Amino acid sequence: MNNLDQVEQMTTKPHKSKTLTRLFKLVLSTSPWMLIVSAITIILAAGANVAGTLFIERLINNYIVPLVKQVQNGKSPDYGPLTYAILVMLGVYAIGFISNYLFTVIMAILAQKVQYRVRNNMFTHMESLPISYFDQNDYGDIMSRYTNDIDTLMQMISQSIPQFVNSALTLVFVVTAMISLSWQLTLFSMIIFAMSFGIVRYLTTKSSHYFKLQQKELGKINGYNEEMLSGLKVIKVFSHEEQIKEDFNKYNEELRKASGNANTFATILFPIMGNMGNLLYVLIAFVGGMVAINGWAPLTLGAIASFLQLSKQFSMPIAQISQQLNSIVMAIAGAQRIFELQDQAVEVDEGTVTISRNPKVKGAWDWNVTENGQVKKVPVRGHIVFDHVNFSYVPGHQILHHISIDAKPGMKVALVGETGAGKTTISNMLNRFYEIDSGTITYDGIPLKEIKKDDLRRSLSIVLQETHMFTGTIMENIRLGNPEASDDDVYQAARLSHADEFIHELDDGYETVIDGNGGDLSQGQMQLLSIARAMIADEPVMILDEATSSIDTRTEKMVQAGMDNLLAGRTSFVIAHRLSTIVNSDLILVLDHGHIIEAGNHEQLLAKKGYYYELYTGKKEIE
Amino acid sequence: MIKTLSKSIRQYKKLSLLSPLFVICEVIIEMLIPYLVGLLVDEGIMKGNMTYINKWGLILFVLTIISLALGASASYVSAHAAAGFAANLRQDMFYHMQDYAFENIDKFSSSSLVTRLTTDVNNVQLSYQMLIRIAVRAPMMLVVSVIMSVIISPRLSLIFLVIAPVFVLLLVLIIKSAYPYFPKIFKGYDRMNQVVRENVRGIREVKTYVQEDAQIEKFEQASGFIYKLFATAQKLISLNALVVMAVLNIATLAICWFGAHEIVGGSLQTGQLISMFSYSNSVLFSLNILAMISTQIIISGASGRRIADVINEKPAIENPRKPLDHLTNGEILFDHVSFKYDPADRVEALHDINLHIRPGETIGIIGETGSSKSTLVSMIPRLYDVTAGAVRVAGHNVKSYDLKTLRDNVAVVLQKNVLFSGTIKENLKWGNENATDEEVIAAAKIAHADGFVREMPDGYDTMIEQGGNNVSGGQKQRLTIARALLKKPKILILDDSTSAVDTSTEREIRESLARDLPETTKIIISQRIVSIKDADRIIVMNHGKIEDIGNHEELMQRNELYSSIAKFQAEQGSRGE
Repeated sequence: MNNLDQVEQMTTKPHKSKTLTRLFKLVLSTSPWMLIVSAITIILAAGANVAGTLFIERLINNYIVPLVKQVQNGKSPDYGPLTYAILVMLGVYAIGFISNYLFTVIMAILAQKVQYRVRNNMFTHMESLPISYFDQNDYGDIMSRYTNDIDTLMQMISQSIPQFVNSALTLVFVVTAMISLSWQLTLFSMIIFAMSFGIVRYLTTKSSHYFKLQQKELGKINGYNEEMLSGLKVIKVFSHEEQIKEDFNKYNEELRKASGNANTFATILFPIMGNMGNLLYVLIAFVGGMVAINGWAPLTLGAIASFLQLSKQFSMPIAQISQQLNSIVMAIAGAQRIFELQDQAVEVDEGTVTISRNPKVKGAWDWNVTENGQVKKVPVRGHIVFDHVNFSYVPGHQILHHISIDAKPGMKVALVGETGAGKTTISNMLNRFYEIDSGTITYDGIPLKEIKKDDLRRSLSIVLQETHMFTGTIMENIRLGNPEASDDDVYQAARLSHADEFIHELDDGYETVIDGNGGDLSQGQMQLLSIARAMIADEPVMILDEATSSIDTRTEKMVQAGMDNLLAGRTSFVIAHRLSTIVNSDLILVLDHGHIIEAGNHEQLLAKKGYYYELYTGKKEIE
Repeated sequence: MIKTLSKSIRQYKKLSLLSPLFVICEVIIEMLIPYLVGLLVDEGIMKGNMTYINKWGLILFVLTIISLALGASASYVSAHAAAGFAANLRQDMFYHMQDYAFENIDKFSSSSLVTRLTTDVNNVQLSYQMLIRIAVRAPMMLVVSVIMSVIISPRLSLIFLVIAPVFVLLLVLIIKSAYPYFPKIFKGYDRMNQVVRENVRGIREVKTYVQEDAQIEKFEQASGFIYKLFATAQKLISLNALVVMAVLNIATLAICWFGAHEIVGGSLQTGQLISMFSYSNSVLFSLNILAMISTQIIISGASGRRIADVINEKPAIENPRKPLDHLTNGEILFDHVSFKYDPADRVEALHDINLHIRPGETIGIIGETGSSKSTLVSMIPRLYDVTAGAVRVAGHNVKSYDLKTLRDNVAVVLQKNVLFSGTIKENLKWGNENATDEEVIAAAKIAHADGFVREMPDGYDTMIEQGGNNVSGGQKQRLTIARALLKKPKILILDDSTSAVDTSTEREIRESLARDLPETTKIIISQRIVSIKDADRIIVMNHGKIEDIGNHEELMQRNELYSSIAKFQAEQGSRGE
């Protein structure tokens, strides 16, 4: 606690001290007794250490000298008192090293406990953050909070803080003992002390400056390598190797310089402080000798000898303190980033209306409507109405303008338009990944805002353009759509979505383990799996962000058939990249810069001879 | 491995040798200082001899300054030698990667290459720095302190003989029992990072299927696994502190006890006893450091091997000795070409291909995924080398051309294409560094990229983000075509390069290619009949063989595979009408 106060005073910015208080509360609440036990054991360990130093002086004056005198006087030496003293010291030392072990191990485990808690809290919180957080924050940036930032935090708790406290206590004990011997020599030592502290601060500040620089350069070269190595084949095709090498050398040279400097300053501290200690030693011998011989101050020769012993223990704690201070500051920066994530506002859910699966009828869902204090089950029909919906991701940059759609139960609604026209944004409104600015969206007449978010999302599923899998078996990945589904349900969904065929060709069939990238699966196969996933979820409303550009004809045929099976009997929104798949839609909406510019079915739109007609004829002429 | 890595020391050899030299001198002086101070106290202060104090005080002062300078220089020299060595390693790896052929690139994933260039090099750098400084210092300290204590009292030194082996044995036991936990812990980290990665990337799936709780449970399992193992490992490692302190204290008490007897017996002096304490300190301290650095160096051995793997990988394709640096026209001849990606493969990716393409001809290639369409064309610019047979361009075997000449004249727009961070103009100029603005615009016009580029806020100076995420898929494809056109190639290969471009634009691109580049041989791979039906000849690929060659009408009549694909795609287009 004492240590934390000290650091708090040294860190000037108020928000840093706030972070530190929060951190301290976190550690304390994780395990109060661990913190108390380690505080006691740290003091015991430092005390035993000083007692050991003092014992060596007593050994000579109180035991060896009398023994020698006894021998000189012709008596046989009595080793009894010495044996006793050594046994006592053995006890003191034992307390020392056991305390030392205890605080080391307790702080290490405490650090792990804190780390475990912080990670779990962070992840739990992250899962409740709105989609906008993930759209705005870089993956690497989020990731580094789980790795680098937590690591520095752990380092601080398990090593920096105990060492800091230990060094500070040792320093206090040593200075007290020095003053009791001679205040004049202590004063003299203090001047040297101040000088060396200045040097140490200078060196550690430099060191952390260069380390930051090194991290920056490392980040740059890392980004460069990442980009160039993933594009290595393109580099070869364009014979661009020499230009790349040139750029690489620039980054590499900068990193070499920064890294050389960072490591110089990191290691130079100890030879400098070690030798400063020796310098102090020599100077004290010299000055002390002069003072004693000339009689300028009352100083015994024995006191000088003891003083010399003490001065040796002087310089290392100073170096330690300064170094630990730096890593504490670094850890605070990490903690700030972790807290920043934990302080992000979570998705709000003010909805109260719930939806549940009808346990009796497969594929049927019910609204749970409370009427006169009684819960009434009303079947979900899937009637979606957009009424003058406006939306902007960034205030002032409106993306959707007065969007009105009436999607009757079972209708297939297609959204057509260029990249950036707002097709995906409309689907983001529907499952409330983002909140609309104005207008209303209703689901069977109920405003979306009044529906519990989890239930809303459970009752409409999306098949995304870019499909993501989770490490696990194919079976588990399909079952993600409905954790309660039986194995037979999974098989059936896979058959209906035409994924069954390729799954059987895999080595372990449904038990084949795939990783997040899909392993050896092709993009088309992953898409079939995500259709199966949506199929098993069996929800009344579907959103399909279809992309079949890099799929060969045979697979495309299957994906198409799978999608048709999926859409049957559901209200669906299909984002189309190729018109061929949506000509049979009940309603086609042509979007341009966030406006619906044309609406109608295929024939109506062709008859209009507008935007859609142009799009479609481009293809028609070719065929 | 060591042989491979040590080749990268090069210009830092001198610094690397200076460091141990400085360290050795520093340790000798450092170990001498307590001895001399003892003299200063015994002879000077105790006897009140001021001249002696002045003389030896000055000598000690100078020695300390020298020792400080040596120590600081050793830090500087070792840090810079190690940083330089690391830079050389990175350079050697990166340069060598640039020599990799596609075959080599396929072997390593790009993320593993990045890790090798950073994390692994960092580990080796740290170990190297230790090796030339602390790993010299610790044994040196050990030797000097043992010698000094033997000089002072051979009999008391026997204590080390008993204690040191016990000490080392205990440390080794601790390290050995804790060490196996770490690979498991690292695996745990991989698993945890994987869950985070999949959740950040797949957050839409998680939210759509309301899987948050299940994912949290998964994460807590992973982080709990780390916690359990790490806590156990920490308990073991903390024993290290216990052993060091306990052994040091016991040694001190043993020296007290036996030393007292020696002094009483008259064979030792008080001052010497005090020196013994500091030397015993040094002995145990240096043993402890030795144990720690040996662990660190063993751990970094794995990194060293991973680096050596990259450097020792032999490029599969090398430039010929006396290369042809001129390629006259776009004629292509496949002469009984067969190809396997891996000699161990049972099935050939290309089987006995015979094909003659005339300069200026437009060739379409169609076939299912896995029918080796891309493999076929990658033989032409030597992305891969044939296993049997030969590919000739303009009458010469492709193996006889200078690689740069060949690839400048055979432009491939790859299926998995990338733009690099930089402006659009910079990206296009990859095709030809010296291209004028007019040439850049002309190429962009042919690829139908000029229109949308001009609409962008900074036109041709618009920055492309890493990964090219600020342009749409179709725009990216058009830019990569323009980039290839700037080479003014004799042969242009489009490997499914217009899949994301809308059909009318795609047709216009094909038309302008035919109009503006009449002499260039054009090879177009596509999944779609519409993209290739106007080609002079169309190749139907099936399981690594050419099933048929002919124009659209011929193939519609006689080739079943071709006509079935055409029929399906026609149905697709006319559905709902």
